[in-house]
Amino acid sequence: MKLENLTVRRGQCPVVDGVDLTVAKGEFIGLIGPNGAGKTTLLRAALGLLPFEGQSSLASLPVAARARAAAFLPQGRDIAWPVGVADLVALGRGPHLAGAMTGADRAAVDHALDRMGLAGFRARQATALSGGEQARVLIARALAQDTPLLLADEPVAGLDPEAQLRCMQVFADLAAEGRGVVVAIHDLGLAARHCSRLVMLDKGRVVADGPPRAVLGAEHLAQVFHVRGYHAETPEGLVFQPIALVDRRY
Amino acid sequence: MWGFVPRSDRLTKAAALALRAAAAALVLCAPVQADTPARVVSINLCTDQLAMLLAAPGQLVSVTHLARDPLSSSMVAEASVYTINRGQAEQVFLLDPDLVLAGTYTSLATVDLLRGLGVSVLQVPPVTSLAEVARQVRLVGQALGQDEAAEAMAVAFEAEVAALQVTGPQATAAFYFASGYTTGKGTLADEVLALTGFSNAGAAAGVTGGGLLPLERLVLADPQVIVTATPYPGATRSEEILSHPALKAIGAETGARTDADWVCGTPHILRAIRRMAHLRATLAAAP
Amino acid sequence: MTRGRGITLALGGLVMGLFLASLLIGPAGLGLRDSLRALVTGQGEAVVLIMREIRLPRAVLGLLVGAVLGLSGAALQGFLRNPLAEPGLIGVSSTAALGAVLALQTGLAAAFALALPLAALAGAGVSVLLILALAGPRGGALALILAGIAISALAGAGTSLVLNLSANPFAVTEIVYWMMGSLADRSMLHVWLGAPFMLAGMALLLTLGRGLDALTLGEDAAQAMGVRLTRLRWVLILGTALAVGASVAVAGAVGFVGLVVPHVLRPLVGAMPSRLLPASALGGAAMVLAADVAVRLIAPEQDLKLGVLTALVGAPFFLHLIWRMRKVEA
Repeated sequence: MKLENLTVRRGQCPVVDGVDLTVAKGEFIGLIGPNGAGKTTLLRAALGLLPFEGQSSLASLPVAARARAAAFLPQGRDIAWPVGVADLVALGRGPHLAGAMTGADRAAVDHALDRMGLAGFRARQATALSGGEQARVLIARALAQDTPLLLADEPVAGLDPEAQLRCMQVFADLAAEGRGVVVAIHDLGLAARHCSRLVMLDKGRVVADGPPRAVLGAEHLAQVFHVRGYHAETPEGLVFQPIALVDRRY
Repeated sequence: MWGFVPRSDRLTKAAALALRAAAAALVLCAPVQADTPARVVSINLCTDQLAMLLAAPGQLVSVTHLARDPLSSSMVAEASVYTINRGQAEQVFLLDPDLVLAGTYTSLATVDLLRGLGVSVLQVPPVTSLAEVARQVRLVGQALGQDEAAEAMAVAFEAEVAALQVTGPQATAAFYFASGYTTGKGTLADEVLALTGFSNAGAAAGVTGGGLLPLERLVLADPQVIVTATPYPGATRSEEILSHPALKAIGAETGARTDADWVCGTPHILRAIRRMAHLRATLAAAP
Repeated sequence: MTRGRGITLALGGLVMGLFLASLLIGPAGLGLRDSLRALVTGQGEAVVLIMREIRLPRAVLGLLVGAVLGLSGAALQGFLRNPLAEPGLIGVSSTAALGAVLALQTGLAAAFALALPLAALAGAGVSVLLILALAGPRGGALALILAGIAISALAGAGTSLVLNLSANPFAVTEIVYWMMGSLADRSMLHVWLGAPFMLAGMALLLTLGRGLDALTLGEDAAQAMGVRLTRLRWVLILGTALAVGASVAVAGAVGFVGLVVPHVLRPLVGAMPSRLLPASALGGAAMVLAADVAVRLIAPEQDLKLGVLTALVGAPFFLHLIWRMRKVEA
């Protein structure tokens, strides 16, 4: 995916302002920034879900081809009807279907369910599951879409630690398989620990872009998030924890 | 209009009936009006027409707006010379009537109000048989102080009804109106059918007075003649049933229409009787 | 999938049984064998007329009108992601009735027969557009119900006004027909007038299954799964307007079918809109045919309105749904 000078305006004000971003295969990008920084708008514009100026390689694809190029997990766990888990995950095969589901489609659904540890949940009603289980079902749906690129908006918000770690691990695995993954995320600790690259947005602009340790530098944190944090390189990777507020009038 | 040669036996019987009816009417109306009322207002379509037929020139002051509606009134032209009222007490009172003619079941509040204001009101019941037509002519004539004219009209009416009696085998007929309404036993229309040589399929289907006759049952009854109403302007679903293909397919004679002459029990019902008698005659001619 | 097929078969059987019952029950009280022989062979004059010209159009229209209402209810619910959406409740039927009444009272329908269904579907189209503008998939239940109340009230008032101003004294008594619906004394003319539009509308709505399935996960997810939302919206509007408009033009506004049927069938077919659409068409046909048989059994001599029965069943369902949503939202 390649974005060039992408700008989204609401009225006259730019909500996303001249963003350039290229996602390569195998990258797990964390899109971070305070509330209102433009993370959701950037993801939606990149997919062509709202009008924008500039270039997006995804949005310029025809609708059907785009659906085979990128899967999107919107914010929230919005499931309108009490559908079965297997049926819901099978929705991900939609862009690949010419007629009815084939054996290959069913295999892809089974694979996605297994991967999210949902094999035993096939016949359950998606709306009757816990938040963490629903999140896994929705990710399985995106996996079933089997696209080289996955965009996810706050996929781990409101989940317990087990579910958060499980989801982040799956995203990292997907990247390791050679797919591109972009996740908008508030939890800087999870972002630092799992993402291969962070993109920090503030007021619609990219403020920092690079490896987590560099992006989560003291100056960016103070300027964008008004916090300072604690970093530690451990055998399990980078550990980061925001510690205290920084005086805004520095 | 009433010229004809009556058959004497029927006339005697009719005259006897008429005398009894007139006597009853006299007893009924005696307290209402001793002398001839000078200003008469009618607030009912049927009394409108009886009054127009019987009143002396200048005696009738006002009739209802319905008297000028060609779909309801047989006397549209005659009605054009009278002041129009809509049956409201205030308007009627301002016309300063000596006598108000009203129906029995309509405008009850108006009648009460007028009586309260000291206006004398004659309530005339709806007519459900041909005998009652003559009775009512006499009743209204007496109230207007036109006894002689009324008696002559009533006798002439009875005689002509008797003369129009069709004998011989009956043909089947049914009334069929909007929404599948029909007219059954115990109605003036039913008696018109019987008089002119028809049996009423609606009455045979068990309808008394007015009532619904499902289209299926009408088709089963398979009448030779279907008498419908003249459609109003502005198409409605209720009247759509009158053009239902099944109704056309039973092959009944559907040209006959009830009209203003059927609405009230006035001597104008004779026009309806003559048309039905004529229809019966054409049916007999064409097997 | 086999469970879905079993339900479809069961519903199909039910519809066939009720269709037959609709043909065999009526005030004329014909014998079973006579009726069927007359229907098939055309022998036995009056009986043939009753079967072919009175009962057959009634049964066919019951089938089509019911299918239209069930299907459009399921499709509207799928698109608006709201179980309270229903052509009657959101004002589509009442605006269609207004269109039909205008066509009749202006004499347009008398001059040009197709004006009746066309005016009704124009009316239906306007209200679907309004509803989608006022309460789209993100509009929520409250916006939907309020918009529906406003549109229904406005259209109902318009219909009453037109009928009250009519020169025809029967017009006023028909307000209840346009608001409650009836299949009494319809003829094959009405079938020919309404069926093509209803079938075309249903064909359009049945193509929406996969798109509505994807909408289960929201507009963004659906679009990212390749659903063309704008196209889907227009097909929905056109399909609903065609189907509901023509059904109201020939049978009046029968309410609650599109609410009850999808609600009952949703758990049975696993809630996916693509499976709910055809099942709701069958279920709606069954419900309207059953209601139309019932009005003939309860009051054979009166023209009891269809909508009376569907509302008696449907309104408690509606309250139940609101009660449940209230608990969820609280």
